Amino acid sequence: MDLTELTITQAHEGLKKKEFSSVDLTKAYLEQIRKTDKELNTYLSITENSALSEAEAVDKKISEGKDISILAGVPCAIKDAILVEGEKCTAASKILENYIAPYDATVISKLKSQGAVILGKTNLDEFAMGGSGENSAFGATKNPLDKTRVAGGSSSGSAAAVAAAQALYALGSDTGGSIRLPSSFCGVVGLKPTYGAVSRYGLIAFGSSLDQIGPIAKTVEDCKIVFETISGKDPMDATSADYSFKTSKIELKGLKIGVPKEYFVKGIDPEVEKIIKKAIQKAEGAGAEIIEISLPSIEFALACYYIIAPSEASANLARFDGIKYGLSVPAENLLDIYLKSKGHGFGAEVKRRIMIGTFALSSGYYDAYYKKAQEARQLIRQDFVKAFEKVDLLFCPVSPVPAVKIGERTNDPLSMYLMDIYTVSVNLAGLPAISLPVGKIGNLPVGLQIIGNHFQENKMLAVAEEMEKMV
Amino acid sequence: MILKDEVKRIAKLARLELTEKEIEKMQKDMSAILDYFNLLKKAPKLEGVLASSKEGLKMSRKDEVKSRDVNMSKRLIALTPDKKDDYIKVRPPLNLL
Repeated sequence: MDLTELTITQAHEGLKKKEFSSVDLTKAYLEQIRKTDKELNTYLSITENSALSEAEAVDKKISEGKDISILAGVPCAIKDAILVEGEKCTAASKILENYIAPYDATVISKLKSQGAVILGKTNLDEFAMGGSGENSAFGATKNPLDKTRVAGGSSSGSAAAVAAAQALYALGSDTGGSIRLPSSFCGVVGLKPTYGAVSRYGLIAFGSSLDQIGPIAKTVEDCKIVFETISGKDPMDATSADYSFKTSKIELKGLKIGVPKEYFVKGIDPEVEKIIKKAIQKAEGAGAEIIEISLPSIEFALACYYIIAPSEASANLARFDGIKYGLSVPAENLLDIYLKSKGHGFGAEVKRRIMIGTFALSSGYYDAYYKKAQEARQLIRQDFVKAFEKVDLLFCPVSPVPAVKIGERTNDPLSMYLMDIYTVSVNLAGLPAISLPVGKIGNLPVGLQIIGNHFQENKMLAVAEEMEKMV
Repeated sequence: MILKDEVKRIAKLARLELTEKEIEKMQKDMSAILDYFNLLKKAPKLEGVLASSKEGLKMSRKDEVKSRDVNMSKRLIALTPDKKDDYIKVRPPLNLL
């Protein structure tokens, strides 16, 4: 048996039946990381000692005949923008290169209380800003399926780790597609929950009205198990919602699936379009009613997102001042410490976003940019509200293209942003969405994006599971 | 095209030191991105008021003191780049001399 090929339920059953121990399982993943990570650059740090001691603790519980929870002893990877107490948390930035997390993020406390084994922290675009993983200050993660291509971003390491069997599952975060895009590029399942479903406490903030933590895994069921564990109200995050997820038995048969016509226009790779349309046909074959719908304001989503997210980022990243924590470049006066610490600490894309955000919020431009974007955001939300009056779920692509070549778009930021064109609207509207691998172009995976209404993860996941069996 | 002086002004507002080369690249990149934002001019006018301004009120909580792990303050101070005992050192914000 290859221990790195199991799903969460299979691993859990094996542990309970003592077919293998959690230490065996953990060592199998650590070995896989050792063998493959030099080339892939998936992990920024490996927490071998704490992983093994957690695994031993779970094994002890099993040997004493005690009950263990479903995630106990199961090895996972954590995006390096989520705090794990006592471990480095760099956000893939030079400015946080030596930062040690002083506390656990709520999602980490929840995983730890279930006995999860944390293997290490995964690579990402610096401060989660990017769609390819190439903005990491510590080098891009390579796509395990084609090492000349990107893994997708910003949760590049988390998706690649699952695809390369370097972790059984991983946590990522999604501000404008950062879970779904790398999941699509690496051929794994990635869930971006409803805004408020999962606490953001302990996630390094990027765009606070958009950020959500979510799971990346091999199967829909695995995503569901992790989501159930990490979701719920948290007093430390005022935007978290009182929500307890329950699995429902919902079938495609009789459901109404909306297909937004604006997602199938110029710019989409014809092969991607073909694969997505085939998946939609399969849903129809299973008894779903396919309805073409229109989201008229969706054409403004990308512009709207690239004003709002950088505006929030410019405010959130103001805290990196060289005084409280992180890189500090010594200088004679306080202003120079600010200027030099930020100037030396941040990479090119982060600087670009801080500049765009500062510009959009500054006197004289605020109304034309930030306020206008907020208004467009509301129009986009209204489009989705109207759509969900008519349909249960929406089906569309995650990305107009499969994984691009490393370096292909790095010199042209706008062309990089265009990879997010199908994902950002979901964050603007606060909706849940999942990326499900439904086909391949050569050996490059293509993800179907299933979008649900607010807090209807149950419906979305049930349908994703049914689709998973058909493709 | 955004002017070079405007890029410099925004960088100063953002407390961001940019090299001459970075300013030139930033001018080019920001111009392309801001041009793309012109698309928003086509967006219809919003009917009614912006919802986001009201939402924050629902999320307020009681202002009360809660006990915290005593070691937390030690861990936080340990992360500061420049300190003396338990105090964080900061350069004077104004150059009075």
